[in-house]
Amino acid sequence: MAKRIDVSDLNIYYGNFRAVEGVTVSIEPRSVTALIGPSGCGKSTFLRSLNRMHEVLPGARVEGKVVMDGQDLYGADVDPVDVRRQIGMVFQRPNPFPTMSIYDNVAAGLRLNNKKMKKSELDDLVERSLRGANLWNEVKDRLDRPGSGLSGGQQQRLCIARAIAVEPDVLLMDEPCSALDPISTLAIEDLMTELKDKYTIVIVTHNMQQAARVSEQTGFFNLNGVGQPGRLIEFNPTEKIFSNPDERATEDYISGRFG
Amino acid sequence: MTTTSAPTEPPVQRPVRRIGDRVFSGGARIAGILILIVLAGVGAFLVVESLPAITASPEDVPGEGGLAAYIAPLIFGTLLSALIALLVATPLAVAIALFITFYAPRRIAQPLGYVVDLLAAIPSIVYGFWGIAWLAPQMVPFYEWLEENLGFIPLFAGPVSTTGRTMLTAGLVLAIMILPIISALAREVFGQTPALHREAALALGATRWEMIRMAVLPYGRSGVIGGAMLGLGRALGETMAIALVLSVSGGITFNLISSGNPSTIAANIALEFPESSGLDVNTLIASGLALFLITLLVNTLARWIVNRRADFSGAN
Amino acid sequence: MSQTTAAPPDAPAPTGIPRAGRLPRWAPYACFAAGAGAAVLLGLLTSLNPATFVIYTVVLGTIALYVASRRVEGSRRAIDRLVTCLVVSAFGIAMVPLISLVIEVLSQGLERLDGEFFSSSLVGVVGEGGGAYHALMGTLIVTGLTTLISVPIGLMTAIYLVEYGTGRLKRSITFMVDVMTGIPSIVAGLFAYALFASFLGPGIRLGIVGAVALSVLMIPVVVRSAEEVLKLVPNELREASYALGVPKWRTIVKVVIPTAIAGLGTGITLAIARVVGETAPLLVTVGITNATNFDPFDGRMATLPVYAYYQLTQPGVPPQFAIDRAWTAALLLIILVMGLNLVARLISRFFAPKTGR
Repeated sequence: MAKRIDVSDLNIYYGNFRAVEGVTVSIEPRSVTALIGPSGCGKSTFLRSLNRMHEVLPGARVEGKVVMDGQDLYGADVDPVDVRRQIGMVFQRPNPFPTMSIYDNVAAGLRLNNKKMKKSELDDLVERSLRGANLWNEVKDRLDRPGSGLSGGQQQRLCIARAIAVEPDVLLMDEPCSALDPISTLAIEDLMTELKDKYTIVIVTHNMQQAARVSEQTGFFNLNGVGQPGRLIEFNPTEKIFSNPDERATEDYISGRFG
Repeated sequence: MTTTSAPTEPPVQRPVRRIGDRVFSGGARIAGILILIVLAGVGAFLVVESLPAITASPEDVPGEGGLAAYIAPLIFGTLLSALIALLVATPLAVAIALFITFYAPRRIAQPLGYVVDLLAAIPSIVYGFWGIAWLAPQMVPFYEWLEENLGFIPLFAGPVSTTGRTMLTAGLVLAIMILPIISALAREVFGQTPALHREAALALGATRWEMIRMAVLPYGRSGVIGGAMLGLGRALGETMAIALVLSVSGGITFNLISSGNPSTIAANIALEFPESSGLDVNTLIASGLALFLITLLVNTLARWIVNRRADFSGAN
Repeated sequence: MSQTTAAPPDAPAPTGIPRAGRLPRWAPYACFAAGAGAAVLLGLLTSLNPATFVIYTVVLGTIALYVASRRVEGSRRAIDRLVTCLVVSAFGIAMVPLISLVIEVLSQGLERLDGEFFSSSLVGVVGEGGGAYHALMGTLIVTGLTTLISVPIGLMTAIYLVEYGTGRLKRSITFMVDVMTGIPSIVAGLFAYALFASFLGPGIRLGIVGAVALSVLMIPVVVRSAEEVLKLVPNELREASYALGVPKWRTIVKVVIPTAIAGLGTGITLAIARVVGETAPLLVTVGITNATNFDPFDGRMATLPVYAYYQLTQPGVPPQFAIDRAWTAALLLIILVMGLNLVARLISRFFAPKTGR
């Protein structure tokens, strides 16, 4: 299931503004890749370009190539909707659908796409996804309650369950713990470690300890100044980044000298 | 975010779009464009149907004085009644908005606001009924008093209408009808007054009224003006209440309390249209076109004032 | 900003913290009680009726309070109290029409609010009896047609403005919706008449023409309210849906609209309430008839507001029966409008997205 993503020479634009410049990187399957860097350096933009979510904003476009197991995601005949079905996403703030129950939230990816499925199969899928997100035991007695009634950490795990229910190859996480308390954060981090057996995970985080704890590879983004495009400064195994980075800027950032 | 399309933009990156998306967004766009067409249609069909009246020889137009002579007193009546309504309603509406925002106890402020909004929900024909049956007779003694004591002012020269169905009564009914429009907008802007300004005024030892005068009224002024203009637009086009309340006879006069009053464009259409045929209909539609243009002007001005204010207060 | 912030000239001599005298809490009540007493005296001299009594009381009480406050508390507080009195009186004045209108319509309209009024038309009715069944049906049919025309167009336009629109087209549609909001109802009627008369010949009177006229009035209201409500749907929900690989149109239909459904229902109900009492456009497009007509594409129809208008203005002989029917129709209109307003509130209360557990 998990797939490898190769990005070569990617430039991302909003209108005339070049937000990210010249990113070339290979993201390994069955591992967690963390993206760190100061605010506004383009790491979230880069993350969203991996499943073409940034196109939701008018005027957004890219140059360069993003290839997932040989399939060019930006090919002329590729539908962004299909890309997003293969590459799921979890957002900064938990966003369960307020009109739907916990059960329906997990089933949303299928229901919204009008996939016909037997009730028992769907039940299985919901249970599997909720178990996969370590939430089953907490909610199994109230699957018909609104998802917005859960705590913040539970809601975020519900969103993860929702994302993995469509069985994507890759899971993108955009600061998934920044709105959560430490205990919920720990639960999500444990979950990531479990999920990486099956998925390719890319996570954007501001929390360097988190990157060090959960990821195998780490990419450091930075920009030269306001209005300049963000760049990938360094991409290396996490251990190396945190102990002996190649770049001076990385070391400065990690040791807290700026950012 | 820049909206200008970049000439350097490569044209190849047209995203693939699904059928459903194309149909749906196309439908939405068509609905939007339909609104443009309808509005253009309103103008176009009014012009087409009023052309016969505009080009007709003066003797054929009702009143035999030509179109301009027919419409002129109607425009006068329309403006006069709306002006009375505006003069009465604006201060009252501001006071009501102040009452609800700053004076009424917190707990009942919202229900009170809802009650004022109810005034806007009542159909205009019911206002007409009420104006004939209740307000007009009540006003007669007051008009007699006005004639006796202020008769030297041409506005109140009399002789007093015995039914009370005068221009002033019509203006008062209109005033009540536009009251909720103005006060709703005034309430909105007063409520948005930065708390910082209000507290600063109070901290300087101002009384409540001084706080309102220093912090609230200057801030809300353009909102009140915009609301008054919207109310004016409504008053200009109001039909049934006037058609019922105003007793029409005679041409242009400033005498507000006698039984000889000019009609308004809208009320005149409502009264004459059902019994008209041939060129008379075209004449009435021509007068409707004039009303449309007047209200268009007033409303555009009102929107401009309101929106300009919205632009400036964005920083809060 | 102005000199009002400076110390008032007649403030007491500053000794320590300057502190003006204050009227006791009961002072306003006392002043108005005194005003009421004076009003009774004044009434005995001239003539006393409840209206003049209230007016005298308020005016005299306000003056008394102002004078007392000015003597004890100084001019700044006196003006503050004066304004308070004025503002409260203004609200009182605004309540007079509402209350008197409701009382008037109830007292004149209740008499004929009977079974016959709802079950019979005016066919063959001279003088007593008769009802507004045909007019009520006409109103339901015309309003229903209006809703059928306005809601899809208005909703789709709002969706266009919120979800798709960019640039000049969006701006011009927004502007035109504003302009449309200000179209006088009679002009909308003339437009619909002119439109149909251009194709079907002059003198046309049909239910559908009235529905088109009312749609011109209703569409901008629907667009406006739907636009507001759709904007309130958090973008995060749209993104969540996109990220699940749901196409945009499905996202709108299955996520955005269900989330906003309470607000949309409220807005549409209020829009219906706004047009259900419209008289002028129907007067020039649908006309009036005494018989029941269920076909909006064939001939004149009676509608409740127009019915009320003609029963009052052309009552026939003897007039009283028709006038009674007119008032009952007016009462029915108010009930209809208030009922719709109530329904709108209930919708927004009960269909709001459920939160909490």
